[in-house]
Amino acid sequence: MIDKRVNSFKDAVADIPDGAVIMIGGFGSSGIPLKLIEALRQHGATGLTIISNNAGVAEEGIASLLRDGLVSKIVCSFPRSAGSIWFEKRFEEGSVELELVPQGTLSERIRIAGAGIGGFLTPTGYGTRLAEGKETRVINGKGYVLELPLPADYALVRAECGDPWGNLVYNTAGRNFNPMMASAARVTIAEVNSIVEVGGLNPEHVVTPGIFVDRLVAEEVDHAQV
Amino acid sequence: MLRFNPEQMAERVAQDIPDGAYVNLGIGIPTKVSNYVAGDKQVIYHSENGILAVGPAPAPGEENPNLINAGKQYVTLLPGGCYFDNAESFAIMRGGHLDIAVLGAFQVSATGDLANWATNNDKFPPAVGGAMDLAVGARKLFVVMRHTTRENEPKILEQCTYPLTGTGVVQRIFTDLAVIDVTPDGLRVVELFGENTFEEVQALTGARLLPPA
Repeated sequence: MIDKRVNSFKDAVADIPDGAVIMIGGFGSSGIPLKLIEALRQHGATGLTIISNNAGVAEEGIASLLRDGLVSKIVCSFPRSAGSIWFEKRFEEGSVELELVPQGTLSERIRIAGAGIGGFLTPTGYGTRLAEGKETRVINGKGYVLELPLPADYALVRAECGDPWGNLVYNTAGRNFNPMMASAARVTIAEVNSIVEVGGLNPEHVVTPGIFVDRLVAEEVDHAQV
Repeated sequence: MLRFNPEQMAERVAQDIPDGAYVNLGIGIPTKVSNYVAGDKQVIYHSENGILAVGPAPAPGEENPNLINAGKQYVTLLPGGCYFDNAESFAIMRGGHLDIAVLGAFQVSATGDLANWATNNDKFPPAVGGAMDLAVGARKLFVVMRHTTRENEPKILEQCTYPLTGTGVVQRIFTDLAVIDVTPDGLRVVELFGENTFEEVQALTGARLLPPA
């Protein structure tokens, strides 16, 4: 019997070790698994590598992991936003390494990691500083950069609704990086607003097939425990 | 000299957005362009985080915290619009499916190189977002920017001095003084605002300009 539901956010992240590579879904303030991130912060694993589009703002989400000194490296496209004070502080003091990746290259590297592809050639970044040291190739007169897959140990993703098999549907632009990340990690943990029974999701609407998801936690379950 | 303000610059760019175009607008002045596209044109706006047919800002109290644009502002979806994941969104951008992208810039070179993601200050953490993908992928790349820096230094140069976003990618530059095309012959002024003269604009440009044809 397959039932991927976990009782609490705390239990969902309990086995994440120091030094783990963790993908975190979200774009700006949208589609971020904030409760899983808070559970990860309380769990306290250190030396984490975080793969995410942004680096968090104010005291919330990834910014809280940076504030607490749990992050040693961040892989993202746009770490600096209004209010990204903790990223800027850790970057300036040199305690966090930054790997800056153009956004489309970031999502494609994650996608191919989940799809079993060994690399891809993209025109993005060709002739720029972000292609320095990378293999390049000219095809039909156009320059391309070889980019490699970006897998992770864990993915923390946010969806609107799931079922016990881990099938996920999203809310509007909250989808963003979550589907690719769900496919690209050894263990994928999904935070959802609600869980319906198996068969309760319209199969035409499922965006992330449950095979990519290992654990599922709903906000309402956690609220019930409090 | 007549210097357009950001609203006038956005209004001028909007005149060059044709009916039926699929368009991506960057953060800043580019975002304002949609306010000035004439109502009889149907233009579909793409947002890099995964939206086609982005609509106007929601009424107060109607915001969906998930429904934001690339500038992290609350938006709505027009009827006929749709959502997709980030990899598909960048397939749209990189794959040449967008008709026009409008971006801001620090510098543009005489051959259409674009510099808009980093300065030479290494203490300042860089951020690139989707700029490099848009630069290589959109069928037409419009840049809208002030003609000079706040210190009156030219931003249109023979060679960019800031790190590049893409090489040979810009087709048309809209500044606060003029409209300039990047052509195989060089930078050609196609429009001077108000009574601005070619010589005045050339004096504020760090690359040789060609006069209006």
